[in-house]
Amino acid sequence: MLQYLLNGIATGALYSVIALGIVLVYRTSRLLNFAHGDLAMVAVFLVWSFSRPLGFPGAVAVALLAATALGAAFSFGVLQQVKEATLLGQVVLTLGFSQVLSGAALVVWGADSKPFPFPLSSVVTYRLGGAVISQLTLGSLVIALVLMAGLYLLIQQTRVGLAMRAYSQDPEAARLLGLPTRRLLAFTWGVAALLGTAAGMLLAPVTFLHPYFMLTPFLKGFTAAVLGGLDSVPGAIVGGLLLGVMESLFAGYVSLRFVSTLSFALIVVMLLVRPEGLLGRVFQRRV
Amino acid sequence: MALLEVRGLHLAFGGVQALAGVDLEVHAGEFVALIGPNGAGKTSLFNCITGFYQPQAGSIRFRGRELVGLSPDAISRLGLARTFQNIELFRMMTGLQNLLLGRHSHVRAGLLDALLATPRWWRDEEAQRRRVEEILELLDLQVARAVPVGALPYGLQKLVELGRALAQEPSLLLLDEPSAGLTPEEKEEFLFKLQDVRDAFGPAILLVEHDLNLVMRASERVVVLDRGRVVASGPPAEIQRHPEVIQAYLGGGAGGPA
Ligand SMILES: Nc1ncnc2c1ncn2[C@@H]1O[C@H](COP(=O)(O)OP(=O)(O)O)[C@@H](O)[C@H]1O
Ligand SMILES: [Mg+2]
Repeated sequence: MLQYLLNGIATGALYSVIALGIVLVYRTSRLLNFAHGDLAMVAVFLVWSFSRPLGFPGAVAVALLAATALGAAFSFGVLQQVKEATLLGQVVLTLGFSQVLSGAALVVWGADSKPFPFPLSSVVTYRLGGAVISQLTLGSLVIALVLMAGLYLLIQQTRVGLAMRAYSQDPEAARLLGLPTRRLLAFTWGVAALLGTAAGMLLAPVTFLHPYFMLTPFLKGFTAAVLGGLDSVPGAIVGGLLLGVMESLFAGYVSLRFVSTLSFALIVVMLLVRPEGLLGRVFQRRV
Repeated sequence: MALLEVRGLHLAFGGVQALAGVDLEVHAGEFVALIGPNGAGKTSLFNCITGFYQPQAGSIRFRGRELVGLSPDAISRLGLARTFQNIELFRMMTGLQNLLLGRHSHVRAGLLDALLATPRWWRDEEAQRRRVEEILELLDLQVARAVPVGALPYGLQKLVELGRALAQEPSLLLLDEPSAGLTPEEKEEFLFKLQDVRDAFGPAILLVEHDLNLVMRASERVVVLDRGRVVASGPPAEIQRHPEVIQAYLGGGAGGPA
């Protein structure tokens, strides 16, 4: 039992990090970013490519910077330029961006699975009470928690965070006050891309690296975001952890084969019972 | 040189000529009232000055700099702040947070400073807070500090919006019907607070106001706008006797015959 919980929390924390990126974008742009996983995938490939010339830490730095820049550039250079686009149109643009990214990855890196070298081992293990945790899993958990704490500080304690919250509450009022809304949006996309990439790097050692390795994690992150409430930052964290634990318990006690079906079923139930998610708020537009 | 210089401003919406060649000047520290019937173009003029509407012709110079073509956030960074005819606050945020948001263009510390909480960031943070506290004090807004502003009475929300505009440390403050919807006592109080604001911070004020009594008492100069044109401009006492003003307020109006 403890083992299942621990596994669930560790996986769930990564779902949370992915969900946070989805939620950040949703809160500010009211749109689902279908390129979230693919952008992370490309960035993780960059780590793989640059590891040799730059060493692992250097490659990670390059990839995080590139992902952040790419996310911000997509927001600023594409989404904000098509001024007349409807929300649906913008969602389609993220789908297109996703296709471009996975297509590019196929051409540049090929379709075969590559092992992703990571400085933490999945063989070295530690005992924790009655449970066992690998160095890699423990490391991912710690990194995920640090990322969550960092994001919390950014949003709650900094002026940029205050402006981000203001913008997500009322974009029109933010524009009227003269907040630099375009830069805020681009910044949000950059942070989201950074979170996705960090999660991708922690997943790749387990899933191996190929152009579609982020597809399932993205769907899990999306489920977590819906569970917690698409516009709620704490909701994304709770949703991710909850999904991770439920999956782990389900796999352990019920069936390993239907784990993926579980997250789909959860989305359906959530949308039926409480469409705004566990911690989301019902969004009401002022008139 | 005037602080604000508007020349030959034209703005049309389809067939509606909202501004038909407006000329207007506001000098540093001056208190100018802008009056005129509904639909005269007062709000449109504000929207052009703050970059929300793009005029078809004319120029707007602020401290000698052309504003036409600049984005609203670029304009607000130059030292122009405004309040709105319909309150535009962040309703779920507290009074304090709303005022802090007004400080956005005065933050000196960068993002990296914030993430690392450097001494520079703390100093900056403290300076911002101090300024905001000063304004809360001046406007007697302590009650609004920790309350979501959407829950405050209307009169207080109006004051929070004024406070947020002041937090931007503008050299020109544009107020669009700030006293509309206030009770006579609240209006009186608002007027006093506006005087306090001038004494404390000394911004130039361009005030749109329908209450002529308030206008006559507060302003140094009155500009009358009618159907997108300035029809009169001068000291309050003079304007009160101006035939065009009497015409605009008692006769014509927006829908009346030309
Ligand atoms: N966004 C807009 N679209 C169409 N017409 C507008 C718009 N804004 C203002 N107008 C028109 O411009 C004229 C001036 O309006 P406005 O500037 O709001 O006047 P005031 O503030 O003096 O009452 C009115 O005829 C109004 O209908
Ligand atoms: Mg108006």
